[in-house]
This record gives sequence, C-alpha cells and structure tokens, in this order.
Amino acid sequence: MKYTEEHEWLRPEDDLIVVGITEHAAEQLGDIVFVELPEVGTEVTKDEECVVIESVKAASDILAPLDGEIVEVNDMLVENPGKINDDPMGDAWFFKIKPSEPEQMDEYMDEAVYNKMIS
Amino acid sequence: MSDLPDELRGLPLHDLHRELGGRMVPFAGYEMPVQYGAGVMKEHLHTRAAAGLFDVSHMGQVILRGADAETLALGLESLIPAAVVGLAEGRQRYGLLTNPAGGILDDLMFANRGDHLFVVVNAACKAADIAHLRAGLPGIEVVEVTDRCLLAVQGPGAEAVLARLAPDVADMRFMDVATVTLEGAECWISRSGYTGEDGYEISVPNDAAEALARRLLADDAVLPIGLGARDSLRLEAGLCLYGHDIDTTTTPVEAALHWSIQKARRSGGARAGGFPGAERILAELEGGAARLRVGLRPGGRAPMREGVELFQGAGPVGRITSGAFAPSLQVPISMGYVPRALAAPGTQIEAELRGKRAPVTVDSLPFLPANFKR
Repeated sequence: MKYTEEHEWLRPEDDLIVVGITEHAAEQLGDIVFVELPEVGTEVTKDEECVVIESVKAASDILAPLDGEIVEVNDMLVENPGKINDDPMGDAWFFKIKPSEPEQMDEYMDEAVYNKMIS
Repeated sequence: MSDLPDELRGLPLHDLHRELGGRMVPFAGYEMPVQYGAGVMKEHLHTRAAAGLFDVSHMGQVILRGADAETLALGLESLIPAAVVGLAEGRQRYGLLTNPAGGILDDLMFANRGDHLFVVVNAACKAADIAHLRAGLPGIEVVEVTDRCLLAVQGPGAEAVLARLAPDVADMRFMDVATVTLEGAECWISRSGYTGEDGYEISVPNDAAEALARRLLADDAVLPIGLGARDSLRLEAGLCLYGHDIDTTTTPVEAALHWSIQKARRSGGARAGGFPGAERILAELEGGAARLRVGLRPGGRAPMREGVELFQGAGPVGRITSGAFAPSLQVPISMGYVPRALAAPGTQIEAELRGKRAPVTVDSLPFLPANFKR
C-alpha cells in the first residue's frame, strides 16, 4: 500500500492498482454528496484530474496518481457518495488503473511516512 | 482581542467552541466554528428536527438614539427603503442599506426598543455600515455595542428550550423583540433567525454569554451548530447571504427583496422615496427589474456553486450566487440571477459545470417552507 501527498491510497491488486482516498482526507472533506468517476477505458496521465468529489462544503479534484488506463470504476459511489465517509479505505475505492509506468509507484510514501505527514 | 487589524480576532466564546470540538476557520476577520464533531449534514438536520445553538457574535450590534422617536425613524428612513415610522415598539423589521445607484450596501434587522432602535448588521460590513450611519444621520447617536455576544437558538424545539429558562418567550410572535432575563443577565431577544425555522436571537452581555450557552447546550434538544450548516440552512430557506447573493451591484427589486419595501415608501405612499437609489428602485418596483434572483434546481446530483455561469442556448444569461447540497431535500440547490423573461418557475436553462453543459430548472423560493410562529 502506498500513499500520495494528495491523500490517495494505492493498493496493488495483481497487475492493477486500486485507488481511493484516505480516512484523513475523507474526514477533512466532510460529508461527501457527489462523485463523478472517469469512464472505463480512459487513458490518464499522472496528475491529471480524473475524479470530482463534492462535499457539503466544497468541490475537490482527485488526480490520477499514475499514467495508465482506467479499467474499472466503483459505480456504487455515484448512488452512495456517503460511503466514502463510512469506509474510505475499503469498499469506497474509486477506480482501478492499469499502469503503463509501474515504477511510478516507487516515488510514493509508505504508511509510516504518510502518517507522519498528516500528524 | 488583538489591536492588529490583520490578526484574527477571537470572540468571547472562542474557548467554548474549541472545547466543543469546533473546527475554527477565519470568517470576516474572526475565528469562527465552521462545524463541530457531528459535521455539517447532521448539524443541519438536527436544527430542522430539534434545536441548534449558533454563536453569531461576529455580527454587528448597533444602537441608534435620536431626539425623539419620529426624528430617529425618519432619520433611518433616509438611508433604507423600509418603513421605520410606524414600526411598533417591540417589533423588528428586515431592511437594506442602499447606495445612490440602487445597489445594496448591506442587509440588516432593525427593532424598535422604545427609546432606541437596535440594529444587527453583517460582520464583514459592520465597520463600513457604522461609518455610513454616522455620516448619514447627523444628530443621531450611533453606538456600536461591543460588550454583548449574539447567540441564536433555532429549530422547532427552540421555543421549549428557551421557555424552560424564561416562560414568557413562548408568547412572542415572529419578529417580536423583548428584554428578558436569562440566567440572571439582561438579554435582548428577537423571535427571528436565519434558518427558516422558528427561533430566537439573543443579545447577551459578554460576561454572561458562556454560562447561557452552556445552559442551553445542557438541554438534550440542543446541539452546537457551525457556520457550515448555517449556510445550508439559510440557502434552503431562500435567504440572501450578503457579498454573494446581494451586493452593491444588485438592487432590492432584482434581489426579489421588494417585500422589504413597505407601501408608505413606494410611489404614491405617504413617505415615497427619500432613500439612496430611490429613483431606480421605485422605477423597478413599478416596471419590474431586468433580472431577478431565483431558485435553481440542478438537473443532476452535482452541486452548482457560486460563480457557475447560466446559459440559454449559446448565450450566457446569468450566474449562480450560492449553491450547495441541501441536506433536508437531499438534492443540490442554488440561487442566482436570470433575465426576467426566464424567471418563471419551471423554466429550463443550462449551467456550465467543469466545461460541460448541465440542465437547471428555475424554481420558486424558498426551497423549504418557513416554519415561523406568526
């Protein structure tokens, strides 16, 4: 499991990477009321905006953490955006990406470093 | 309190907010709680279901005194389009400070408290408002009240909560004001608020504010409510936020606040005109304004917030001035300005959201019926 400075978590699953936001991010955003996910098959570039989430307070963008293709999205979130507050590290993942440059994972933080960043 | 203008000023209940888990943010030069542990959604729904306690001590409290009641009332009428003459003692009205172009300098509440008028103005505008009142009201004493906090208790449970401390408050009607002793302190109470719910606003001496707040919070019906839920509550109630839905570029008629201009101040009335911008405002009252503030219902689930542009066909027709997800309605809602021809409820227009067009339906205001005790 790796973490980005943008408060995303990245979990390897076979040759894919599952992406979500951390508990800390979900708590800071507050009650999430809307999610717009990318389309399956979209080619994304690292740091490109690919998910929009809106909380009661404000809109935020989630950036693609890696170059690659979006191969699956968690459609359940569109109907149940509040799930992101309830289970951000588990069921409320956003998308799965097939990375074209898997070594981009190496630059991200492990859990200990991330926890230090948010403490 | 700091003398440095750049530094955020803390208010008397600052430490209590911290103790209650308030997330403090800068707002109009003060550090204020945007939410507590429950979060905006739960705080909002709790206020609609039971009662919420709001600290709005950042707002300006001002006392106006004149040689006699009529001089005072006529004086204030020279700066606001609302009728002040004829406002009975113990009653409050909503008013607007206007500029010579007919724009809105601020919105406010004014109450006839016998030998003076008590005025509550927005935090961000209060210094300018007080200067404007002093310059425009020669012979009238304009005193900023700095030794009092302002608390609001709002929600269907507000009457029962406050009546446990002072039974007489149950007899007040919407927009009544009274002097009431709460927890041994002289409080100036109005039956009004900024949520669309029944409730009270309480001006309480600084040194008694914390004890009163703690006593109110000890009631099982009451939760502390931050500015986040205050904003979503007022938006559902169709109420304007100064600096967003109304400002110096919007007139009272454009803002659909014509109801705040009583007949006596309109053309043909006993004291028609005589306030800044009267020419334009009276003309708009007669002939209509070119654009109007309306309610807007986004077609999808995405909130459309302040600044989002509105379109009909290729042409831009207006802009959203407030927007959020409405916790009580569970859909996004917005307010904004559209040309009069597009202002009828049900009119279909579009908004541009993140580069894409999305449908929006014009709706009437408020989104949620008010729950006042008339």
